[in-house]
Amino acid sequence: MVETPHRLPILEAAPLVERREVTAEALVRACLGEISASLALNAFITVLADSAMAQARAADREIADGRYRGPLHGIPISIKDLIDLEGVTTTAASRVRIGHRATHDAPVIARLRAAGAIFVGKTNLHEFAFGVTNEDSAFGPARNPHDPSRSPGGSSGGSAAAVAAGMSFASIGTDTGGSIRIPASACGIVGLKPQIGALSCTGVVPLSPSMDHVGPLARTVADARLLFAVMAGGTARPPREPVDGLRLGLPRRYFLERLDTDVRRAFEATVERLVRAGVTIGDVDIPHAHDIAPVYLHISLAEAARYHARALDESPDDYTKPVRLRLELGRYVLAEDYLRALDGRRALRSEVDAALAGCDALVLPTLPIPAPPLGATTVQIESGTEPVRAALLRLTQLFNMTGHPALSMPCGTTPAGLPCGCQIVGPHGDTIRLLDLAEALEPHVTGRSDSAGA
Amino acid sequence: MEITDWLQAAIADAERRGLAELRPLLQNLAQATDILRRADWNGDDPIRFRSDGTADTGRGPA
Repeated sequence: MVETPHRLPILEAAPLVERREVTAEALVRACLGEISASLALNAFITVLADSAMAQARAADREIADGRYRGPLHGIPISIKDLIDLEGVTTTAASRVRIGHRATHDAPVIARLRAAGAIFVGKTNLHEFAFGVTNEDSAFGPARNPHDPSRSPGGSSGGSAAAVAAGMSFASIGTDTGGSIRIPASACGIVGLKPQIGALSCTGVVPLSPSMDHVGPLARTVADARLLFAVMAGGTARPPREPVDGLRLGLPRRYFLERLDTDVRRAFEATVERLVRAGVTIGDVDIPHAHDIAPVYLHISLAEAARYHARALDESPDDYTKPVRLRLELGRYVLAEDYLRALDGRRALRSEVDAALAGCDALVLPTLPIPAPPLGATTVQIESGTEPVRAALLRLTQLFNMTGHPALSMPCGTTPAGLPCGCQIVGPHGDTIRLLDLAEALEPHVTGRSDSAGA
Repeated sequence: MEITDWLQAAIADAERRGLAELRPLLQNLAQATDILRRADWNGDDPIRFRSDGTADTGRGPA
């Protein structure tokens, strides 16, 4: 008998639900209990206790009648409050959105619902997903379960906190510059940004439409694969990758130049484990890596300002001040500079393609620092200081511009117990192939292979 | 538009709109724009202008 089945990965809990050793109702009760016990983390904007219990009872009845739908049936998950769930207000963590009740499920949510997933609530985020610390939210900041004085990362910070603290088995987030991978790394879970366009963004409040992605935050790569497959409308086939003989490219220049000492130690230990497992790791280069941030900035600012222009004029005081100012900043980007940035994006995409040409995937840290303290505006890295926002985006934003699928998984902790993340980036066009690779690498990246052998 | 001219105009406009706090953000954006424009991929190849005002793209007759 598992005492805390709501803390298992989905694919370990699902057989218990299918065999009726655990009911969906018990799982929902346990998750709601964790939500109540963890109110200080402020992970949720809306808790759907009544509807989740009703969904759970219906799932238990169906399963008892022999109508088991598959591994998501009866599993409680949460949804970032940027994504439409029928009948529930999509706040985007902003007073601007008060009263925006969704009339339909977003297509990705409809597929999860059809697969039997239960929705326990809508999670907190950085307002309109326009930030990476989760501090600027009309509902107050979400907090990191590993240290509540620290940010859970963002913008899908409430989602990551919910999964890490047992409030839901998984969560659906969005990622425009790293907003799934950053909080996944900061909270010690798995986060997948699929290939651009692989999952529909319909029914999702946009940030920068040419870089927006929907994806899962989960406890294991296999769970992320399951959720991705369901949202994409396919089935999750089993992985087929042996680790031995895989080739990973390591972009040292820029990506490993400025890392927190403890993060560097955790990442280097990960690389050593991978090499011991038979993975070949070779250096690759992104020649214009130092142009990544200016290119990203001009695209994201201009596109965000376009979407928000009307609300900025009509209800500017309904935004949090920092988000309003950044949106206003986007109104000053010149068209010629936006187009230059699009040229830069094309160049960077070619360079990532070239780096991937001789290997199966790229490997790099997800974040250069562990979760920063709430309220910090700058962070000390090695001998210099850097704005927190720039540091958190530095290693992830490239792949939003280029569209390559990218996944973060835990790779150890700092001596203070703060999680570190390892990012795997796959070739254009094949998210499932990336998931295959990541699942094969997972025991070695997380260090579970060492513990198993010990 | 030169970046210095753009920055001056943007700060003046922001102050006119009651958004003086945008000044440091605009200054940071100006630095990023400078990097963007100096990048060697950005397609800003010099376009030479003929005396009649038409552009010579260096690609020969159209």
